[in-house]
Amino acid sequence: MTTVTNGVNVQALIDAREVLKGAPEAAQFTWRASAKWNSGVHSTIKVHSFFGLGEEHNHKQESVFDADHPEVFAAEDNGITPIEYLIVGLASCLTAGVASVAENRGIQLRSVEATVEGAHDIRGILGADSDVRNGYNDIKVTFTIDADASRQEIEALVAQSQKRSAVFDALTNPTNVTVEVA
Amino acid sequence: MLERGEVANSWRRERWESLRLLTPNWQCRLPGLHYEGGDPDGYLTAGEVSEFIERFAKVSAAPVRTGAQVTSVRRVDGRYHVMTSLGEIGCETVVIASGACNRPAVPAFSAALPPGVDQLTPFDYRNPAGIRDGGVLVVGASATGVQLAAELQRSGHPVTLSVGEHVRLPRMYRGRDVLWWMEASGVWDQRHDEIDDLTRARRLPSPQLAGTPERTALDLNVLASAGVELVGRWATVRDGCALFSGGLRNVFSLADLKMERLLNTFDEWAETAGHNADVGPVERFAATRVPESARLQLDLRSGEIGTVVWATGFRPDYEWLDLPVMDAKGQLIHDGGVVDSPGVFALGLPVLRRRKSTFICGIEDDAREVIDHLARYLARRR
Ligand SMILES: Cc1cc2nc3c(=O)[nH]c(=O)nc-3n(C[C@H](O)[C@H](O)[C@H](O)COP(=O)(O)OP(=O)(O)OC[C@H]3O[C@@H](n4cnc5c(N)ncnc54)[C@H](O)[C@@H]3O)c2cc1C
Repeated sequence: MTTVTNGVNVQALIDAREVLKGAPEAAQFTWRASAKWNSGVHSTIKVHSFFGLGEEHNHKQESVFDADHPEVFAAEDNGITPIEYLIVGLASCLTAGVASVAENRGIQLRSVEATVEGAHDIRGILGADSDVRNGYNDIKVTFTIDADASRQEIEALVAQSQKRSAVFDALTNPTNVTVEVA
Repeated sequence: MLERGEVANSWRRERWESLRLLTPNWQCRLPGLHYEGGDPDGYLTAGEVSEFIERFAKVSAAPVRTGAQVTSVRRVDGRYHVMTSLGEIGCETVVIASGACNRPAVPAFSAALPPGVDQLTPFDYRNPAGIRDGGVLVVGASATGVQLAAELQRSGHPVTLSVGEHVRLPRMYRGRDVLWWMEASGVWDQRHDEIDDLTRARRLPSPQLAGTPERTALDLNVLASAGVELVGRWATVRDGCALFSGGLRNVFSLADLKMERLLNTFDEWAETAGHNADVGPVERFAATRVPESARLQLDLRSGEIGTVVWATGFRPDYEWLDLPVMDAKGQLIHDGGVVDSPGVFALGLPVLRRRKSTFICGIEDDAREVIDHLARYLARRR
């Protein structure tokens, strides 16, 4: 097999899979984010620590995000809307998946671009029509991929990436969500 | 040979009325016995399978003790103590051939279904007449699910089919039964130690195939055209509603792509092995049609669904096996049928030694090789 360099350390992932097969406790991760209200619908969200492999970890640096609503919602637009963060997660997760699967299958990538469009009927969140849901009605991701591979192989990369995607799963399947007041 | 019921018990007691094999008659082979009827391209009914196995028991003079339920197997001083409903037996070796499909696998959330909905497994299901009027939600789109969905829809029940990952196959390819291709091209002979991801191969669901006199495909396009409503994988029950995955499009893509790769393998084999003249022209099949908008939830209290049929696979049952040879998921740990307890062997499990091990015609090669291991084990002990 020719060596490909998409920059994904697939061997480490494969090794981790083998180790964690016999150690399910170590595989339990907790991801965290904390939001602080500023004013209006503007909040600042920080992400730094997480738990996994049996211990606490920190990202190399704290990441700070602003979430707000756009001016057409009569807000100040200090950042993207919360529902846009969801498609940020989806696009990045699927793209990472494409790179990992390509590395594992020995496919050299030259460029990968994903555009995501989420169709959202805002009558739901406004309470204008109780038959309309609050969240997205449909999400469409379009990949443009240049790689040393046939169209069929590229389609298979994209399919496998969805199959192993955390965010794709989180968006397509229900998740228990508990919201409490501390 | 200890059998809790009678010879061919699973085919007598654990199959629905209309079931036919999905493997063609000419593939019905057991060591020294093969189908000799007039319809080699047809498919045996469950009753005919029982007769075939019964005949094999006679021809091979198998020393079967029927009505002997094994309730425990323990290792004591390097030998095995086998408790049965007919008494205790001591032996030096044990062959576990108790089947891969002893129990229907049903997801845990089945307990959360509203009480007004009937729930059936393939072991309970006999025929459409036994299903109460109204809609049926068939869960799982492998061989059992697609066959039951088709039969129920034909009988007038509105059927919704919940589709997770599945294996799509045409019934006929280039004029031959697709299982002819599996066998002739060598795919079915692929050995367990040559398969990249053996765990995955062993967990692969059965193909969307049915044995019908018409020899037609039974894929999701066929079912959708017949009026079956397709929904995503059933994820959970919340407030009496079934919630389905929104990932239907991708399970279609995965299955379509996988089928296409397999057909490419067949075509390449036909080319290199010089079989292009004996088969029809290369074919490709329409992609699985994605429904305009698949429902994401279904209210099970509304009366729309009277019955849920769990076609969610089968599991072996090793409750009687008191040996430390099971993994955390209750699957037998073995290497090509050699179990990690001296003198214990297994037969009749998916991809035990080859891809075809899953099927009746796979037993001959497997049995020969596993029994070789067993004979060597006994010889070493003497
Ligand atoms: C719905 C369905 C459809 C299938 N269709 C096909 C097909 O089309 N073609 C094909 O090739 N294969 C098919 N198979 C697979 C098929 O069942 C096997 O190929 C074949 O029947 C396997 O035979 P077996 O003897 O290994 O297992 P089984 O037929 O399951 O036999 C195991 C036997 O062990 C007995 N037993 C279990 N536990 C105990 C115990 N504790 N004590 C005593 N006895 C015990 C059981 O009573 C049973 O008789 C199908 C399977 C199912 C479930």
